[in-house]
Amino acid sequence: MSQIVVEDLVKTYRVAERRPGLGGAIRGLVRREHRTVRALDGVDFRIEPGELVGYVGPNGAGKSTTIKILSGILVPDSGRCEVLGHVPWRDRVRYVSGIGVVFGQRTQLWWDLPVIESFDLLSAIYRVEPERYRRSRDELVSRLALEPLLDIPVRQLSLGQRMRCDLAASLLHEPPLLFLDEPSIGLDAVSKLAVRDFIRELNETRGVTVILTTHDMDDIEALCRRVIVIGRGTILTDGTLDDLRARTRGERRLILDLVEDEPVSDRDAEVVSRSGTRVELRFDPARVTATELISRLTARHAVRDLFVENPPIEEVIARLYADEDREA
Amino acid sequence: MRPYLAILSARYRMLLQYRAAALAGITTQFFWGFIRIMILGAFYAASDVDPPMAFAAVVTYVWLGQALLGMLPWNLEPEIEAMVREGNVAFELVRPVDLYSLWYMRTLALRTASTSLRAVPIVLLAGFVLPWTPLADWALAAPAGLAAAGLWMLATVVAMALGCALTMLVHVSLMWTISGDGLSRVVPSLVSVFSGMVVPLPLFPDVLQPLLHALPFRGLVDVPLRIWAGHLEGAEAWTALGGAALWALALVALGRFLLARGCRRLVVQGG
Repeated sequence: MSQIVVEDLVKTYRVAERRPGLGGAIRGLVRREHRTVRALDGVDFRIEPGELVGYVGPNGAGKSTTIKILSGILVPDSGRCEVLGHVPWRDRVRYVSGIGVVFGQRTQLWWDLPVIESFDLLSAIYRVEPERYRRSRDELVSRLALEPLLDIPVRQLSLGQRMRCDLAASLLHEPPLLFLDEPSIGLDAVSKLAVRDFIRELNETRGVTVILTTHDMDDIEALCRRVIVIGRGTILTDGTLDDLRARTRGERRLILDLVEDEPVSDRDAEVVSRSGTRVELRFDPARVTATELISRLTARHAVRDLFVENPPIEEVIARLYADEDREA
Repeated sequence: MRPYLAILSARYRMLLQYRAAALAGITTQFFWGFIRIMILGAFYAASDVDPPMAFAAVVTYVWLGQALLGMLPWNLEPEIEAMVREGNVAFELVRPVDLYSLWYMRTLALRTASTSLRAVPIVLLAGFVLPWTPLADWALAAPAGLAAAGLWMLATVVAMALGCALTMLVHVSLMWTISGDGLSRVVPSLVSVFSGMVVPLPLFPDVLQPLLHALPFRGLVDVPLRIWAGHLEGAEAWTALGGAALWALALVALGRFLLARGCRRLVVQGG
């Protein structure tokens, strides 16, 4: 049975609008004008236990709204949503004791308390038995290397340290399902890798289902087998990373390191960029195979090194967004 | 109960750390108490009618009021205010606890912390130091008797419940107004006049008495303080106490209802 079922989910917001300038401000005193924003416009997906799903989309696409509905915070206008057998917003208190949530831009720790006291408090809030709490806390502390941070008040932690503590805090009650809303936002490279490794391990060894929203495509490439792309409140694609790449027409990149700085051109390939002796070409494997293109180019130019790769996932997704905009 | 008690004790311990604010509060309240006694004393000296309350009872009323000021809904829990403004209410909702009870516990921590920091020094000064000075007439008197003391404790518990319920209403209103500056300034003025904090309620004109009795604010100050002073006793005291308890329950119910509505229309700022 699916762990998460979302069917035709719709959520609209009413936003008060004010005309610009003093005139608008005065008019706003008398009559407020409202505009309805459709944050989610019929979203469908299912997620099975143990999946690690990337949920991506541009700003304002409806990512956070979806996560907030799934975690019981917001009530949708219509549609069906069932997580772990609960309707999140209807049965909130019982439901949320079985999930973990991390919002990258906010902390769920108490600003003035040492980290360890926040953990103790959370264990009481989640009614975790002392014995089980000690075990899960000790495990998280050792896996996330939190030992030196435990006695420091949260406000004195760096962003990377805080995120590690927040991750631990969301898992003290050992939920089978974890929502991560932009967990890597603002983190430096080292912290990002640490967080990423931890999430992967959590999913692989403990079988925790993870739903991850992010703008960091490296996160997606490093972690997610499945990617759901949302734009303007609807699902654009839902599938594996490879499916996602395949959707944006078969396209490959050939990168050449030339011996000399000379112009390169070919009838089946297009130069995307060049810097010094490095040239990046775009080609369609249906029109010309990689070997054919390479043999043609190496016959004409002296090439020191070359490699073929898929377009970076950012571009793939950016193109999906652009297609969506054109249709709209 | 475990989650709520844990929040209460953690928040209480955290709020006890505001020592400078407490010291400033004690000093202010102490001098304010003197000023009020002097003003009321002047009125008593100039009056030629029979006062509805003996001067000694008024003095005790003033001092206890100063000591227990922290119980009144005069400020908001800063974390709840910040949470609503910054949209962190969302985080409160991902916790497996009832939001109203959780916030009520935070409010109770705020009220008990600020009361316990101020009450003890003021009672010590006004009740145990003043009698040994030339100002002995202005000292806080002991409770009127054992029964009065017991009833006073009960009334104080009710007053605390009522104060928290009123504070909660202001907290809940934040969900609509975002900034707490409006109501959180209006409510304390209403409260301090109608609870007896400015002038003891028995000294108000007779025509106003029915109104003062009907409003919820009297249970905050007037009822417990007059019980202590022995000015309110027997059936009358129990009636007043019951009324205050009913008000507390009604305001809790109202707060719960409004908070549930507020949550339904919740738009977490920033999408």
